[in-house]
Order: sequence, then structure tokens, then C-alpha cells
Amino acid sequence: MSQSVAIIDYGSGNLHSAAKSFERAAQESGIASTIRVTSDTAVVRAADRIVLPGVGAFADCRRGLDAVSGMVETLEEVVRRQGRPFLGICVGMQLLASRGLEYTITQGLGWIPGDVALIEPTDADLKIPHMGWNTLERQRDHALLDGIETGPQGLHAYFVHSYALKAERPQDVLAVTDHGGPVTAMVAHGNVAGTQFHPEKSQRLGLKLIANFLGWKP
Amino acid sequence: MPPMTLKTRIIPCLDVKDGRVVKGVKFLDLVDAGDPVEAAKAYDAAGADELCFLDITASHEDRGILFDVVTRTAEACFMPLTVGGGVRKVEDIRALLLAGADKVSINTAAVTNRHFVKEAAEKFGDQCIVVAIDAKQVEPGRWEIFTHGGRNATGLEAVAFAREVVSLGAGELLVTSMDKDGTKSGYDLGLTRAIADAVSVPVIASGGVGDLDDLVAGVSEGHASAVLAASIFHFGTYSIGQAKTHMAQAGLRMRLD
Repeated sequence: MSQSVAIIDYGSGNLHSAAKSFERAAQESGIASTIRVTSDTAVVRAADRIVLPGVGAFADCRRGLDAVSGMVETLEEVVRRQGRPFLGICVGMQLLASRGLEYTITQGLGWIPGDVALIEPTDADLKIPHMGWNTLERQRDHALLDGIETGPQGLHAYFVHSYALKAERPQDVLAVTDHGGPVTAMVAHGNVAGTQFHPEKSQRLGLKLIANFLGWKP
Repeated sequence: MPPMTLKTRIIPCLDVKDGRVVKGVKFLDLVDAGDPVEAAKAYDAAGADELCFLDITASHEDRGILFDVVTRTAEACFMPLTVGGGVRKVEDIRALLLAGADKVSINTAAVTNRHFVKEAAEKFGDQCIVVAIDAKQVEPGRWEIFTHGGRNATGLEAVAFAREVVSLGAGELLVTSMDKDGTKSGYDLGLTRAIADAVSVPVIASGGVGDLDDLVAGVSEGHASAVLAASIFHFGTYSIGQAKTHMAQAGLRMRLD
């Protein structure tokens, strides 16, 4: 039987290509999945897995998510209380933090305690945004990283961001990348996970990670 | 210097007119060398780090075709896509992002209406706003902005203009030398470096690539974070793989997976 995956649409950019990448990963990994892009809380409630994407500024994204009536409450219910596997992508991952500090202080969902703050590289010559392909440093083993080579010789992920999540609990950080110091690349706590990079734009690494998420049993 | 892991990007750029690649792409046996989606897929498979579409469609009415091209590309290629050409209004940006572009490049509109850059960055985030700067050298060490393919002088000094658009929210600059474009004699390294050293955001070098050493120089001497080229890739002079290997051998950090 096919599982259902809800990609939450709250007015933050194009989700069609994200949905296509999930369909491709499902097909390549042989995990039968129906991918729905939705702003309907009933669809999210019925989904086996939930994805929260996000592009743009933290405050804008938070406003957009709040504007979908009942969505935050639905996520609290099905992800936090019922333990449904959840993946946040880019700002969708940043929203898991306690607070975002971009332009203004904005409350996050608070699922991964910490702040989303400007990246401050130790080397002033480094460019912000952190834009392009970078490798991952695994902080601990995790099902989402299965079969993905990490380290300096590993696969690359596509990043484009100026702010990063500084998690209060070190054990919540699954992988970091380097941009004049460690930058949080992946977080996970229980059934909640997130990537700062864009798996839907990260070719080989991205499709493998999405496939891992589709088969993840937290 | 601390060990750095962010890689230099290679960005093939396709000129698209009325939904077709201008002059075609000859480096692979494509079923339809004039189809931008086919070309994009080939570059995706070849390991390009990003793709750039520059729409040179003359009439505004035909823009719908471009959206269809972008949509079909985004469905088939899971890699970053920048689209530019004729972007003048917030609605233009929204339409391109909804079609599947990751970044949108603003050129003339950034010159004629600086506020547009700020409006766009606030609306969609700095990370998806690229400002394309077309410049010509007017005297040693001084470059000025030109619009309309290099025909219209503006009198604006390029480095000051670059600083200004970055302060307004541009997340990346695409710097093209109108003196070098099409000459195959290499990037204008003085221009590229002057701008790259003046701003905090990444700079893409563009215009004039003739061989693989030009790509290396764009980074090592021009201080660019990414290199853009068109004809050397489209006509099969060099493959993306050859370019990456050459740049890696020259000591640059490249993504080879």
C-alpha cells in the first residue's frame, strides 16, 4: 500500500519541483508514496509523513504558516503528539527553532531549542550568503544519512542561506558544514528532522536523503 | 587560512528566445538541441553546479513560453536554476519563482529603479535576487554600467553601483564585461576583482571565456565565487567534467561527485 506524504504549501515559493523530487526518490527507491502539495489541514492530518519547505525570510515564512488556518495546531498534534515523521527544509527547518533573529525577533515552533542567527565566518573574506555546494560532517549516525558519504571527500549538498540554526542541545545536530566555522546542516530529534540545505536541489545526495526520509521509522 | 569546503560553481548559461535555445547546444547528441529542457537535462547529468537561462524574447506577450520552459526544467532537473531577462516587476519575479526558478536575475530594472532591488529582496529574500551588472571599461581602473546589450551608457560607476545594489539586498552579482563578451579572450579580471573585493556577496564572473585557464583565472585572479560560460560548453569545446578537473588540478575546490 502506498504511503502518503504531505508537502505543506503556505505560499513560500515553488513546491512543484520539490514534489517532483520526492516522486523521483520514491520511484528510484521503490517506496510507493503518494506526494501531495497541500494547505489543507485534513490532508496533513491523514498523511503518513510531513514535509515543511520554506524559502525567504524567517518572519515572512512564519507569517505565511500562521496564515494557514489551523496548520500550526495540526502540526503540533500530528508531529509532536502523534510522532509522525517530519522533515523541515531550509527555512522550514529554521522554523523548528525557538526564535529567528533575521531582521526582527520572531518566535519559531520551538521544537529544536535554539536561535536562527546570522552566519559569522571567522574569515572575513568569506561570502554571505553561504551559497553553493558544500560537504557535510556527520555528528552522529542516523537513518537519514544512511548510504550518504560525508566528510571532505563525501557528497555535496546545495546551500543558500545567510542565517543558521544554533541548537542549544548539541545532540540535536546531526550534521554540520563548514563556512568559516561549523554551520548546522541537519538537525534531528525523535521524529522531527530538518535540513538547512535543499535536498530537492542536491542531485545525488538529495535524492538519497529524500529516499531515506520516505523509509525512515523514527 | 582555515580549510574551506564550499566549492567553486560552474554555471552554463543558455540564451533562450521564444522558448528555444539560441544557436542550439551541440555538445551532446540531443534529440532536440534547440530545446532548453533537453539541454538543461544534459548539463544536469554532466555535473553542472547551477544552470542559468537568459530570456531574450523580444515581446512581452511571448513570456508565457518561458514559464513553461522553466516549469518543465524544474520538474526534470533537481539542481539550482537562475532565470533572467526582462524582469521588471515583482510579479515577474513571483511568476518565475512559482514556475520553478530558484533565483531571478535583474538587469536593466536595477539600473532604472534601484528601489526595485530592495522591494524584491524584502519580498522574496536576498538569496534569490541576483543583480546582473553589464559593464565596460571607460578608462584604466574605471568601469561603467551599460544597458540594452551594451548599447546604452548610464554613466554609473560599476563598483559603486555593485556596493549599492548589495546594500539594497542583492544576494549575488552576475558581472559581465561587455568588452570581453564573445571575444574568447578571457574574463575582464580587473572588473571582476574590483567588484568581488568590494562586496560581501558572491560574484559570478561572466563574458569572454575562451579556454579552461580563463575559468581558473576568474576565481584565482578575479576572486569570483562562480564562473559562467556559454559557448565553450554549448559547442562542445570543453565538457563540464573537463572544466572541473582542470580547475581542481589548478588548486581550486570543485565538486566532483
